[in-house]
Amino acid sequence: MIALLIRDLRLAIRAGGGFGLGLAFFLLVAVIVPLGVGPEQAVLAKIAPGILWVGALLACLLSLDRIFALDFEDGSLDLLATSPMPLEGVVAVKSLAHWLVTGLPLVLAAPVLGVLLNLPVAGYGWLLVSLALGTPALSVIGSFGAALTVGLKRGGLLMSLLVLPLYIPTLIFGAEVVKRGAQGLAVGTPLALLAGITAGAVALLPFASAAAIRVNLR
Amino acid sequence: MELRVTDLAVARAGVPVLEGVSFRLLPGRALVLRGPNGIGKTTLLRTLAGLQPALSGRVEAGEDAIAYAAHADGVKATLTVAENLGFWARAFGTRGVGAALAAMNLEALADRRAANLSAGQRRRLGLARLLVTGRPIWVMDEPTISLDAASVALFGAVVGRHLAQGGAALIATHIDLGIAAEVLDLAPFKARAPGLGGRIGAFDEAFG
Amino acid sequence: MSIWEYANPKRFMQTSGILLPWVTGAALVCLVAGLTWGFFFTPDADKFGSTVKIIYLHVPAAMMAISAWMMMLVTSLIWLVRRHHVSALSAKAAAPIGLTFTLIGLVTGAIWGQPMWGTWWAWDPRLTSFLILSLFYLGYIALWQAVEDPDTAADLTSVLCIVGSVFAFLSRYAVLFWNQGLHQGASLSMDAQENVSDVYWFPLLICIAGFVLLFVTLVLLRTRTEIRARRLSALLARERLA
Repeated sequence: MIALLIRDLRLAIRAGGGFGLGLAFFLLVAVIVPLGVGPEQAVLAKIAPGILWVGALLACLLSLDRIFALDFEDGSLDLLATSPMPLEGVVAVKSLAHWLVTGLPLVLAAPVLGVLLNLPVAGYGWLLVSLALGTPALSVIGSFGAALTVGLKRGGLLMSLLVLPLYIPTLIFGAEVVKRGAQGLAVGTPLALLAGITAGAVALLPFASAAAIRVNLR
Repeated sequence: MELRVTDLAVARAGVPVLEGVSFRLLPGRALVLRGPNGIGKTTLLRTLAGLQPALSGRVEAGEDAIAYAAHADGVKATLTVAENLGFWARAFGTRGVGAALAAMNLEALADRRAANLSAGQRRRLGLARLLVTGRPIWVMDEPTISLDAASVALFGAVVGRHLAQGGAALIATHIDLGIAAEVLDLAPFKARAPGLGGRIGAFDEAFG
Repeated sequence: MSIWEYANPKRFMQTSGILLPWVTGAALVCLVAGLTWGFFFTPDADKFGSTVKIIYLHVPAAMMAISAWMMMLVTSLIWLVRRHHVSALSAKAAAPIGLTFTLIGLVTGAIWGQPMWGTWWAWDPRLTSFLILSLFYLGYIALWQAVEDPDTAADLTSVLCIVGSVFAFLSRYAVLFWNQGLHQGASLSMDAQENVSDVYWFPLLICIAGFVLLFVTLVLLRTRTEIRARRLSALLARERLA
């Protein structure tokens, strides 16, 4: 298991762009939106929580199709499925690797982008907390979508169509935490619901993903 | 550890391709599968490896006894030869890749990235994986593709040593590896159409 | 005899062939009667004028949009547990019908919303939920289309349907949390008098019955088509074998 995590991280680092691309995309979203919306500080402050969450979500989506597709193409997935590791564990570890490579950098970069979007001071802490709690769910849900489409020739677009609706609850609660936090309101309820969704997804979805991969390898 | 296959029927994409396949593979023995392209060698091997369910029949082998080597090697281009092999060794819970590297004559290449290997060298790396699985029954699908004559002989010797240590090998190949092996021709087991007495597949069961 | 006998495609084809004309007829009678009564023989409402009559399309379509997904969830589970092909194929057959009902619900909602709220579209929790539901339908249908092997497609879509149901449910509550909304509460409940008066209530019931029957008709029809298509490909596969 640990060996698989080390291998996936090493692959992401060596392939180049593993860390960088998602982050660069996130940065671009934060730059493009003010250019489109206009520079008024009040408007930006109002939409900043939503834009930051949508940007993180899309950046996460970008690298999803590589979670299993590369291993499928070179035969590693067959070999992993015949190894002593349970496939559920393989899925969980690969989701964790995806989060470390994509989700975690987004969490750390988000406050910097918050400055660009004039996020109110009170919101920075909640931005970090909500992304840290929410992005693991994005990786796990995303790997479920990747598992469903792993055998398909051009699964990338289909995967986005399948995964984005599944992201809706996480997005709503995550952005709500930041929005309320920025306005100085209580964030307990959405934060608890966000954490609940993440916990549920991390606990249960690897089983569904492993089932989908078994079907696709058949 | 013995592999016993009884009256096995396998299907590709829901369509039966082989039926009534039975054989026993004893420790120390090798069995070579022959048959024309498309007869279902790969499907049979994937079924034995547990990657797809059998249509009917039984496959009996010990728990975690089978090591499967497919057409694709599962070699990661950005990792070195030693890293590639080391990962599989840890995944299968064995230690040390030195013996496997030496056996497949990869020692000089250990620190080279797999991207810079030739096709034959990659293949040797893929086959070295079998050695680090620590499993007794090797199931191999065309293992000698892109190997030169010297490498085929080297690999034949590796399989020979594995058999001598009580392992077993099931090989789909058309090349003589230079080891004593029984040959099983799959042509007689080709699935017949249901109208001619063949069994019906899961695909069209009850669609008659 | 057990209900699972109908899961045999042959048996299903026989039974559904006998049922189909009757269900179709009943659906037509209910729809014509209910809609005619609703549109032409109910009084205009005090505040809302004649616009309120669109409920005879809007409410039944919205109900069936959810019911169709529920049916797909149940048949998907049956496929995963008992491997009956008819079950998987009926889920496949129901999806486009459910999507159509969802779209009818959305469009009639927009048409109704314009005079009521002064806008074609509002990000009201109910409307938003239905928009999200239509996205789930789209994904489900797209996955069926994309996977070539029918049994693989059935397995994958079934898993998606189960996971999707959980997330659709979560989305519903997330959306409620996100915006409290303009939409009136449920117009239907067991004690109907509280919500809608009898004059509107009886034709609405008939319309709902009509939509249920219409759904059954369409699902039977499309499932029969799917079974025939599967038979055809099974025969072609045998042809290649022989």
